[in-house]
Amino acid sequence: MAAPQLLVHDKKDTVGVVTVEGLKAGTNMLCVITANNSSFRLKSKMDVPIGHKIALVDIKNGDTVWKYGQDIGKAVADIKKGEHVHVHNLKTKRW
Amino acid sequence: MAKGNGKTRRSGKQSFWGWRRENGRVGVRNHVVILPLDDLSNAACEAVANNIKGTLAIPHAYGRLQFGEDLDLHFRTLIGTGSNPNVAAVVVIGIEDGWTKRVVDGIKKTGKPVTGFGIEGTGDLMTVAKASRVAKDYLQWASELQREECGVEDLWVSTKCGESDTTTGLASCPTVGNMYDKLIPKGIYGVFGETSEITGGEHLAKARAIDAKVGAKWMKTWQAYEDEVIQAHKTDDLSESQPTKGNIAGGLTTIEEKALGNLEKIGRKCRYIDVLAPAETPAKGPGLYYMDTSSAAAECVTLMAAGGYAVHTFPTGQGNVIGNPILPVIKISGNPRTVRTMSEHIDLDVSGILRREQTISQAGDALIDMIMRTANGRLTAAESLGHREFVLTKLYRSA
Repeated sequence: MAAPQLLVHDKKDTVGVVTVEGLKAGTNMLCVITANNSSFRLKSKMDVPIGHKIALVDIKNGDTVWKYGQDIGKAVADIKKGEHVHVHNLKTKRW
Repeated sequence: MAKGNGKTRRSGKQSFWGWRRENGRVGVRNHVVILPLDDLSNAACEAVANNIKGTLAIPHAYGRLQFGEDLDLHFRTLIGTGSNPNVAAVVVIGIEDGWTKRVVDGIKKTGKPVTGFGIEGTGDLMTVAKASRVAKDYLQWASELQREECGVEDLWVSTKCGESDTTTGLASCPTVGNMYDKLIPKGIYGVFGETSEITGGEHLAKARAIDAKVGAKWMKTWQAYEDEVIQAHKTDDLSESQPTKGNIAGGLTTIEEKALGNLEKIGRKCRYIDVLAPAETPAKGPGLYYMDTSSAAAECVTLMAAGGYAVHTFPTGQGNVIGNPILPVIKISGNPRTVRTMSEHIDLDVSGILRREQTISQAGDALIDMIMRTANGRLTAAESLGHREFVLTKLYRSA
């Protein structure tokens, strides 16, 4: 298999992690779900650094964001599929 | 001879060459430590270590006017450090004799050579002269101690990650988890900690206890940290502290996300059998333990070393550079950029996991090999670069 550009932990997840440097907007990314080794394609809407997250689906302001099949916080802005997800649009539900 | 690279003994068992101490524990280093009781004694300890080449002073910032639980932790950490099997012998220097003797008596229980010196009434110069003579005798004695072949079950392997990013949860932390899944059944001691950093994954951590009683003990420990440390002192949402600025640069956004990556270090199968206080030595036999620690790298690793662990596995994403004076710290990274830009700090590159060129199980085997090589004497990146971070955990202000 070619090296993926995006890895997703679990099929329930709504975000994946960029695993290559210099990912450009418009890339038709090879995405792999590590839990079951299945793959799919997704177009990145932005340049996103390695290690940062990309939305796999449209996420509404207030929605829970899922990674590892678990709750990692809530969206604080609407996020479109393929967009960068980070501190500007995702917040902890804890402290 | 089966020496090197974690080869197998004739019996077919994995083995390494270590120093078996008087109390039966096995060390993978042979340090003669010059240990200050308190901040005031750092200068004398460093002078002794300068006189006697090959001994190791471990300066630190505390030890005066502490009281209660905080003082107990101070003693437990110093005694545990001196008692660690990576230490052959210890010279303790304190400003006065009473507390110095308390540390000496604690270390003496291991049966290893230890002598204490108080500075008051003697002065630095005479103390340094007397302590240097003892340190020289210890160093020459330790230099003739021979390694012997030991089974993998004699290893105590700790873990704590640092400067994490999303790659640690994908690659380097699951590598450590795979190692524990393979070595805990062979009878090693393991430990993980970082209490505040499990926030968001506490339900998962609780579920990994051996039974409901230990799970409840874990939950009580986590809740106490949340109530007494985090909620009692926080002034904001801990932005840039937990997750750290470095974590955020690496793509981690929330504490929940960081916690889930962190917990990958305990693998899929093993369950922890007890919850230890900071710097407490495990007492329930081989297996995985939880230790109540801060998530700051040097504080946590110092406490685990004091608990008696002999090799440390440290996953990093953005490139934490930490070491410890007595505990070899093996750095594992799956971030290809960090492996490239900070290569001198990384002992094991598992970035192949991100490219799907390497499985978690293959990475786990590579880590086990690196642990055995380190136990056999390979210096870690942190040891080679002189990283000796020794940071005592302080629970509250001194009296």
